Amino acid sequence: MKGDFKIALIGNPNSGKSTLFNVLTGLNQKIGNFPGVTVDKKTGYCKLPDGRKSQIIDLPGTYSLYPKSKDELIVMEALADKQSQVHPDLIIFVADASNLKRNLLLYTQVADLKIPIIIALNMMDLAKRVGLEISVDALALKLGVQVVPISARNANGIDKLKEAIINVGKIPLQVESIEVESLAPGLVKKIQSELQVDLPYVALQFAHQHEQLHFLTLDQNQRIEEIEKEFSFHSQKSQAAETIARYNFINEVLFDTISKKDNAKGETISNRIDKILTHKIFGFLIFFLILLLIFQSIFAWSEYPMSLIEQMFIWLGKIGHRFLPEGVLANLLIDGVLAGLSGVLVFIPQIAILFAFITILEDTGYMSRVTFMMDRIMRKVGLSGKSVVPMIGGFACAVPSIMSTRNIESWKDRMITIMVTPLITCSARLPVYALLISLVVPNQKVLGFMSLQALALMSLYVLSIISAIIVAYVMKHIIKSRERGYFIMELPVYRMPRWNNVLMTMYEKVKTFITEAGKVIIAVSIVLWVLASYGPPGKFDEVEREYKSTEFSKYPPEELERMKSSSKLENSFAGILGKSIEPVIKPLGFDWKIGIALITSFAAREVFVGTMATIYSVDGDDSHLESVREKMQSARNPDTGLPVFTAAVAFSLMVFYAFAMQCISTIAVVYRETKHWKWPAIQFAYMTVLAYVASFLVYQVMK
Amino acid sequence: MFDQQLRAMKLSQLEPGQTGVIKEFTDLEMSVKLMEMGCLPGESIVVERFAPFGDPMAITVSGYQLSLRKLEASTIILQ
Repeated sequence: MKGDFKIALIGNPNSGKSTLFNVLTGLNQKIGNFPGVTVDKKTGYCKLPDGRKSQIIDLPGTYSLYPKSKDELIVMEALADKQSQVHPDLIIFVADASNLKRNLLLYTQVADLKIPIIIALNMMDLAKRVGLEISVDALALKLGVQVVPISARNANGIDKLKEAIINVGKIPLQVESIEVESLAPGLVKKIQSELQVDLPYVALQFAHQHEQLHFLTLDQNQRIEEIEKEFSFHSQKSQAAETIARYNFINEVLFDTISKKDNAKGETISNRIDKILTHKIFGFLIFFLILLLIFQSIFAWSEYPMSLIEQMFIWLGKIGHRFLPEGVLANLLIDGVLAGLSGVLVFIPQIAILFAFITILEDTGYMSRVTFMMDRIMRKVGLSGKSVVPMIGGFACAVPSIMSTRNIESWKDRMITIMVTPLITCSARLPVYALLISLVVPNQKVLGFMSLQALALMSLYVLSIISAIIVAYVMKHIIKSRERGYFIMELPVYRMPRWNNVLMTMYEKVKTFITEAGKVIIAVSIVLWVLASYGPPGKFDEVEREYKSTEFSKYPPEELERMKSSSKLENSFAGILGKSIEPVIKPLGFDWKIGIALITSFAAREVFVGTMATIYSVDGDDSHLESVREKMQSARNPDTGLPVFTAAVAFSLMVFYAFAMQCISTIAVVYRETKHWKWPAIQFAYMTVLAYVASFLVYQVMK
Repeated sequence: MFDQQLRAMKLSQLEPGQTGVIKEFTDLEMSVKLMEMGCLPGESIVVERFAPFGDPMAITVSGYQLSLRKLEASTIILQ
């Protein structure tokens, strides 16, 4: 890998950079991580006409080398640090021809870093349509670099681009754009000589960004600070002067290379679409319908493939038990590993579907209109307009929703969205609610038409939304961010989605989830399985012996088996743990049996129902609640003789499940998206405290 | 003095459909970002629309659309 010829793609957002990346690399790409940030590091390989293989690196889109976010900083780090793994030998600068002036600002900055560079002039067709005439040869001559017109979407001009790549020598040929020295007289020279920096512009960039650049040492940082003081360097004034100087150069370049034909400037199609899609009434109506469609598809349509996956694993488990020799190993493989794997793969349909929608919304340009419309309301509670989609997705499942927060540019907005999304009532809470509501809420109608049970369920949904808003509001004031919250955002023209990009994103997201979050999920579910299936030495033998005695022989074998698993669970590590936490959960109205269910359902909330069935030794699952319900209804407290599941206990339990982070998959995915154990830990802590306090209040008031 | 203030129109004060030419900026940090996005002194701006809740706003500058909050737009002084 090290000796590869490395080519980096650089350009503004929406310049077609990623499309070009896909065209150049095909399916031959890999997604990794840049250290410390959440942008994907996309690399791939491309075969050149001279037989060489080159590594293509897709760097994050940005408008300038002065980053607005940590993600954009990656570009500067890759280009200025020669030791960096992604430091390129050649840059392909992707420029949107219809918007050349602004695109060339970043170009002149990048060009001053003196790495060989080629301009890929994308969207020439669009430029022609708005009446722009660009003289490609004149542009190339003035800038001193090769300029290749391409259309990334239609894969036009790619062969020419590849030819241009092999024509590039090792020496950068781009002409000087601005007089860097004059922007900070003295300072640039001094940094150059003291830190042994070859290029004046790199020295200037160090002065601006030294605090953020990871590759500078502490000593170097201190020295730069001192030099800055010496010359009383003002970063923003210097940036403003630089930007103006660059635009002056660009205006000179474009003066006789680009001409605009004055064609009758009618209203553009995009503008007409915007009039409807961001309309006061229709805009929200359409957005609401789109959300409804997304919700319906991840909530209802994904159920078929999900149950198919589950059934396949159940079938595999049965086969396994039949053919593998009975024993610890077989149990571990089938009930531990296989079940854990099933728990991971079952998320595939929801992730794929949600990302299909999100990619389409992003690709068409609609997502930035959503941000535009929702910004005012969402900003009040510390969220971004783009937080709406993940939060609606949260009604189905927090896992894909949290993965989709990557589209939120502001780090702070993204963190808050990640922190509150798991509060939204997801589909895994439904079986728990359904069981408990049917247990304590009478099946009556109020006001003649509203079902009391439905009303209870709806209040839980409303509770989840309100709590998410309140927590977001609180976090807005707690989470500190060094980024200033800009909202200056491009509204790209509407386009058709790139369908192969949609498919590629679906595939990539599923793959990252399985390979990165999957490990954690499988590991924890194996631990939980061991806890629930094994006990201290001798305990299980005792249970076996007890059930062999004559007093149990009167029961039918199935009944006996269920009673046995119930006492085994009671005597397992999980059972012992459940009993030992009883004093802690007693104020919430929970007994040790519920304690066991809390522990086992840490893997996933819906496991609660299954555990209850095992503890009360009945057959039961999500779709057969009756027998579990009956048993729970007749359960009595051995000390008082009163029912265990009173309304107070049931509501306390529901509130607990509403707030508690009872889901390892979410924890794993939050870790993967924040790159830090700190965030899932904070989230787990605040949600558990919230759950405990809320349940305590509910139980003590209702009791 | 009063006369000058009257003439110093901010971008945030324009109505949809109105056009203005950028004169200067009142916030240095914001001005760097705005210029990077193509909002340069001398460049003309058309206000396209306001979001349904009145903020942010959408403008056209040098051939493409930007959205920005009113607070940010108020740092742009028009000629």
